[in-house]
Amino acid sequence: MLQTAQRGKKSKKAAPGKPSGKSAGVHDRFVEAFRWMLTARILEDKLASLYRGGMIVGGVYLGRGQEAVSAACGMFLQKGDVFGPLIRDQAGRSAFGEPLLDVVRTYLGSVKGPMRGRDGNIHRGRPRENQLAMISHLGAMIPVMVGKLMAKRMKGEKDFVGLTTIGEGGMQTGASHEGLNIAAVEQVPLVVVVTNNHWAYSTPNEREFACANLVDRAIGYGYEGHKIDGTDLNQCLEVIETAVKRARAGRPPQLVVAEVLRLAGHGEHDDASYVPQEMKGQPFAQDPVARTEKFILGNGLLNADALKQMRAQIAKEVDEAVATAQQEDPPHPREEDWRSMSTGDLLDRPQLG
Amino acid sequence: MAVTYLEAIREAQTKLLRDDPRVFIYGQDIAGKFGGAFKATKGLAEKFPGRVLNTPISEDAMVGTAIGAALEGMRPIVEMQFADFSSIALNQILNNAGTHYYRTNVPVPITVRLPSGGTKGSGPFHSQSMEGLYSHYPGVVVMTPATVEDAYTMLIDAVAIDDPVVYCEHKYLYYHLKAEALPKDSFPVGKARIVRPGRDLTIVTYSAMLHEVIGVANELQGEGFEIEIVDLRTVKPLDTATVLASVARTGRLLAVGEAFPWGGVTAEVISRVTTEGFHLLDAAPVRINAKDTPIPYHPNLWSEHRPNRQMILTKARQILQE
Repeated sequence: MLQTAQRGKKSKKAAPGKPSGKSAGVHDRFVEAFRWMLTARILEDKLASLYRGGMIVGGVYLGRGQEAVSAACGMFLQKGDVFGPLIRDQAGRSAFGEPLLDVVRTYLGSVKGPMRGRDGNIHRGRPRENQLAMISHLGAMIPVMVGKLMAKRMKGEKDFVGLTTIGEGGMQTGASHEGLNIAAVEQVPLVVVVTNNHWAYSTPNEREFACANLVDRAIGYGYEGHKIDGTDLNQCLEVIETAVKRARAGRPPQLVVAEVLRLAGHGEHDDASYVPQEMKGQPFAQDPVARTEKFILGNGLLNADALKQMRAQIAKEVDEAVATAQQEDPPHPREEDWRSMSTGDLLDRPQLG
Repeated sequence: MAVTYLEAIREAQTKLLRDDPRVFIYGQDIAGKFGGAFKATKGLAEKFPGRVLNTPISEDAMVGTAIGAALEGMRPIVEMQFADFSSIALNQILNNAGTHYYRTNVPVPITVRLPSGGTKGSGPFHSQSMEGLYSHYPGVVVMTPATVEDAYTMLIDAVAIDDPVVYCEHKYLYYHLKAEALPKDSFPVGKARIVRPGRDLTIVTYSAMLHEVIGVANELQGEGFEIEIVDLRTVKPLDTATVLASVARTGRLLAVGEAFPWGGVTAEVISRVTTEGFHLLDAAPVRINAKDTPIPYHPNLWSEHRPNRQMILTKARQILQE
């Protein structure tokens, strides 16, 4: 059962040497978010190495460079809220409560994973537990989120919110336009977080859109817009928290646009040699994990030992998840039921090709 | 009291909204006093406030929204204004709804209504028959009701099915086709119906073409031939057993559909019969479809673009003489 991650208690334990007093809550939250960022980084480094070792087929898609904004996306969702993550949202998925095993099992194709070898990598989800399973066609999940939220409203649920993410590349599809618009028409409690990582695979911003900043679209769609530095965890937390609160309170849908640099290829098959050197020196190109770590040490939120412990603990959890999933069976074509629908007697002769 | 095909669709939706709180209808121009381009939802928005909702012209988002609502336990019906515009929503219907159960083990119970097929003067973008295209992809049921009774019961069945259903309702039948009353019983989903028994030739068809074929059979009866007519009702799943059993009785097969000729339902019927029932055939099977051009505007062209009674009659006579 997937649940949103436990807040408060757990992070207090994980944060020895925290400052006391009024700022403790804010600091706890900051350290907790960092933990999800670090979890994503360590897990994804492991996935990349499994891919290079030929243990993962297909592809591996990393959220490197997007961990701060992604973690913030998962941090403010509660039980009953809906998360619609996309390709580079490991930090947010973990913060929302996705177990490491779901990730590793999906990448390795274990039959015990949520996708059972039928789909892989970042397409995983648990729709019954409010984590949507993305398809590759960008923008398609925005209206799906709208429908989830409309249905909750029809059923009389209250105080829920949905958060979905997309990149600046995905913002340019017709589906995104339709989805963003219909969300505002339906006035659902929605936050859309757009991470501009400056590259749609190998295509730079100037061939993607021509407005000054994508947040300018907020007014056109009837959203409230927010612009953030996606490498600054403080900003990410504050702004996304505000956006989630506003959506929950019944204000119009919220559009948050974060600027980062994708610090990896499109996938691990891609060396991203097309990214010019000078771009890597831009402020938005900072590594959010390194920046946050420096802030934590510099401000005494954690000491070096505690950080080291945190890192070791996460690495252990990741290794355990990988070891478990590696021992599990991959799918077998003879055990596969080859059923595309749940209604068995309406299948069109599934035994025949 | 006669009931038209269109009224049957409206009555089915009335019943669904009345009996099942999970049902809502989502589409363009369907609410208010207007009640839809063809009035299939007329009066329903007033009768069921908040459950018959107008949408922007956003076919992709309409279906995407329905998928989300279905995942949250609702039973949405999406009305496409014309089947032709559902091409904008192919991604949501086929890549999202159609893959969802296989990928996640969670089915998506949406019903997408497609006002389909040609009528005089409707031209290339308001006349299409898309059942073959939807059937090509896994994960969806494709219904093509040909009678008032089926229009009613199959729409109710569609909403009850836990998986995505593409419900192709034929616009040509909306006003012309009438029944005495709404049916009390339904014929099982996924089963073809022998509309009329015969011994000389099996004609397999569905949707509006059924009525052309009945006309042909009547005419051939005067010439001493008994034509067996199979109405597929759902084209996916395709009731191959009923078709094969019919060909076993007659030894001859003609498949008639209104969609474009490359691939599609009639090709599938003939492929299955020739690969699985070749020994049953006394003559080469034949199919008739629309022509391989966009659907023309002018009635003079349109009436020759789609299969018509004369074309079917000519082909049927040829097969019978073989």
